[in-house]
Amino acid sequence: MAHKLPAKDVVVIGLGWTGSILSYELADAGLDVVALERGPWRDTATSFPISYAQDELRFRIQHDMFLRPAQSTVTFRNNRSQTALPVRHLGAFMLGNGAGGGGLHWNAETWRFLPSDFVLRTHLTQRYGANFLPSDMTIQDWGITWDEIEPHYDKFEYLCGTSGTAGNLNGNIQQGGNPFEGPRSRPYPTPAQKQPFSHTLYAKAASELGYKPFPQPSGNLSEAYTNPLGVKLGQCTYCGYCEWFGCANYSKASPQTTVLPALVRKPHFEARTECEVTRINLDSSRKRATGVTYVDTSGTEWEQPADLVILCAFQLFNVQLLLLSGIGQPYDPNTGEGHVGRNFTHQTMSGVIGFFDKDKYNFNPFVASGSIGMCIDEFNGDNFDHGPLGFVGGGYLGQVQTNGRPIETTPLPPDTPAWGAKWKQAQRDNYLSAVTATSGCHASMYSYRENYFDLDPTYKDRFGRPLLRMTMDFHENELKMSAYLTDKFAEIVQHMGARQVVKHYRKGPYDVTAYQTSHLCGGAIMGTDPKSSTINKYLQSWDVPNLFVQGATAFPQNAGYNPTGTVGALAYWSAAAIRSQYLKNPGPLVHA
Amino acid sequence: MHSASKIAAILCGLAVIAPAAARAATRVDPQDFETIERGRYLTVVGDCAACHTLVSSGHQFAGGRPVETPFGTLLSPNITPDPETGIGAWTDDEFVNALTKGTGRQGTRLYPAMPYTYMTKVSREDALAIRAYLNTVPAVRNDVKTNQLPFPFNMRWVMAVWDALFFKAAPFEPVHDKSPEWNRGAYLAEGLAHCGLCHTPKNFLGADTGQKLKGYALQGWFAPDITNDQRRGLGGWSVDDIAQYLKTGHNRTSAATGLMSETVSLSTSHMTDADLRAIATYFKDQAGQQKDQKETRADPKDATMTMGKNIYADECSGCHTPNGKGTPDMFPSVNGSPVVQQTDPTTMLRVVLRGARSVGTDGAPTAPAMPAFGWYLNDDQVAAVVTYVRNAWGNSAPPVDAGDVAKARKDFIQRSD
Repeated sequence: MAHKLPAKDVVVIGLGWTGSILSYELADAGLDVVALERGPWRDTATSFPISYAQDELRFRIQHDMFLRPAQSTVTFRNNRSQTALPVRHLGAFMLGNGAGGGGLHWNAETWRFLPSDFVLRTHLTQRYGANFLPSDMTIQDWGITWDEIEPHYDKFEYLCGTSGTAGNLNGNIQQGGNPFEGPRSRPYPTPAQKQPFSHTLYAKAASELGYKPFPQPSGNLSEAYTNPLGVKLGQCTYCGYCEWFGCANYSKASPQTTVLPALVRKPHFEARTECEVTRINLDSSRKRATGVTYVDTSGTEWEQPADLVILCAFQLFNVQLLLLSGIGQPYDPNTGEGHVGRNFTHQTMSGVIGFFDKDKYNFNPFVASGSIGMCIDEFNGDNFDHGPLGFVGGGYLGQVQTNGRPIETTPLPPDTPAWGAKWKQAQRDNYLSAVTATSGCHASMYSYRENYFDLDPTYKDRFGRPLLRMTMDFHENELKMSAYLTDKFAEIVQHMGARQVVKHYRKGPYDVTAYQTSHLCGGAIMGTDPKSSTINKYLQSWDVPNLFVQGATAFPQNAGYNPTGTVGALAYWSAAAIRSQYLKNPGPLVHA
Repeated sequence: MHSASKIAAILCGLAVIAPAAARAATRVDPQDFETIERGRYLTVVGDCAACHTLVSSGHQFAGGRPVETPFGTLLSPNITPDPETGIGAWTDDEFVNALTKGTGRQGTRLYPAMPYTYMTKVSREDALAIRAYLNTVPAVRNDVKTNQLPFPFNMRWVMAVWDALFFKAAPFEPVHDKSPEWNRGAYLAEGLAHCGLCHTPKNFLGADTGQKLKGYALQGWFAPDITNDQRRGLGGWSVDDIAQYLKTGHNRTSAATGLMSETVSLSTSHMTDADLRAIATYFKDQAGQQKDQKETRADPKDATMTMGKNIYADECSGCHTPNGKGTPDMFPSVNGSPVVQQTDPTTMLRVVLRGARSVGTDGAPTAPAMPAFGWYLNDDQVAAVVTYVRNAWGNSAPPVDAGDVAKARKDFIQRSD
């Protein structure tokens, strides 16, 4: 029997980016907010201090900051003919754990999606005709427009202090920025980071080939910055320990460096860490959430009643909690009906390694930040004519070489032995003079009928709850698109002056053991129709109006960019709707 | 609860004495809103809650917080209006005498951990305003055995001798050739705010020496020189820098940590800008030290300095920057820093060995922290980097050796953060 606690106005599940933002916004509105976080409290000086933050073995290889699969995991299969097995060692994506969540271990590549990304099905159908899309592709419009979301991108960027060069200021194309971006209302809050040698050389080659290179927008700051909450970030030191790591210098935007210091000063906010929510409770009508049940480290079960429930866990666990709590109709791939679990997407990553003459080129790859890099956007979204190409989607092509960390940075030519003197010699010869973009071709993954989530029939977590089962494979459209982008990227790297360019195409089947990105999307998507979406345009549950579901869970499909900028923008968009509409008149904000 | 008739009686009483204008200056109405509100503000300036509240008890001013002195530990008394265990039954005169003369109810002596040596400057009017405010806080029954000192200090009569030697009850006398702002600053700093309790050196019996505000080691920290001394004091800070530091805990070069972070958090960050500027004006007018540190500085060619320079580059320069100037309001400057250049290196050793969190305030919520290096650098390495920083970029302070570090480690290990 759960011990029942005094009611709160709001319970927030998970204290990563969206949990921190929603907690702040709702506490700021005067509500009594409690956030429940499965992992520990994390703090810069005590959790990843400068004296060991840059420990690749501890954080990258041994996954120090990540969720332990023994605490929770997912099962995986490529298709319905297979039996899914549990992921016992994180591979294709990383799962954050503790205060800060994924916002602690990200690279801080802070992109906006394209205006056309939000109306994708309408846009592609209008341009190429309905028959151009593969029949099993289930892409949807988001239900929001660029003009609606832009102010919230702006708010998230000004929270983070994002460093970048504007490409489109209120419709005016700006020199040096991304000319394809949607019109932005303000420049970036801080100038772009300075670019190291290989990144500069890439931009020069891209320009010579007729492209318009621009610096990747970065949450690793070019200069010290004070955000509107009064929280201050330092200047990035280009140490190259960003993704997989916490930033010891307070210079990477994270909940810790932007929101939490102001949030913990709010008198009506409380965080309870190491408390794992096991279900969202509903009343007998099943139309209203009454709060949540959670378990602390002693195994004691608590019931936390609340008027408003904000689900801010990582994408996978948002979907799992909805399914376990019986909220919304589970998706059925046989009929295509139902919505919880549908439109699960990830990313389509590929790249090349460029080997340069070691006597002429010294790139010092260790001088880097997680979002350093020069990019081109000519092959992203629908910025190019897909008509003759026979696929849709795209991505940015960037020399985004985020680090030269000693264990993983082994840019070796094909046919190098895997060990021994020749391996050592090849490593010595190429470490400083190879171009190995971490996000080379960072491309979209669109949604398909057979890529989805449901509850695993066999495997359970330590509480006896079914694990979430992912069914996921690459489709021909993505593989064709990725091959096209990889060839384009290789041309630019070749033009930089490489003596040898080795292409690494993305190939199927989807491999859950090899890292791509942590950009898992969909499963409880936003939309305009309660039959094909779990949440409305304000991220409010169609079925349970006092539940809001945050994060990339809402994306109907993934674009050719890193998702966090859009996750942050949606969080502010949803928070604004709650503050300005829901609190005055609690109930459905959209009547379908 | 006050009955209407009682209030009416007091109003009548006021009406009777109102013409006696001369007495009105010290006549304080304990139910007047402005008096109570002023009293509340003055308890903030005096940081009364710091000692008189045991935070874990949840009861403000109910006492019981251990107060560390060089002679042993005292527990702070209950100053809520509870008549038996607090001060509810005290007369106004008894209250004023305790605050400003260090005498308890039956003529017993207080220990100067209660800073009556400073509070003696507080005007009777202000003292009664404080009393008026304290009368309004919830009465809490909490019988505190304040005297936990070992023999012979546990005998309160000893304090009569101490008072005879070191204490003179004397109200604040304005200095007429100084500005009203200076005098306001002096009244607060020398009195109610009792800055010297930590910042003025003490003699072997714990009494202030004549080296007013020139820095003193206590509780595992060194409260730095806050005179206008160019190297070790506030000589390089403007009045605005000082006021901003007191208001937010941070300014363009420094950040409050340790004992000062509590003072900022509970007291100075809630003070008016005018009072903070007044205090700053007073500090800026305090003469610095006689001799410059330069005479004792380390030789830059020394091997220790080279080792320290390398450790600084590897471990410190990421935040404090290669030229030592840090980031304003974020990472303190160690270049020209008074804290770094104190003759006594206690604070610097504390921060390097144990780490320190700067204070978070509404004006500067970030509260960045220095990580601990004590687990990671050995005594020689700590001595080297501390000596280097104390003598780099024109800094100058006596070198620190491995023995000093070992001694500091031994002391700090017994202390909580």
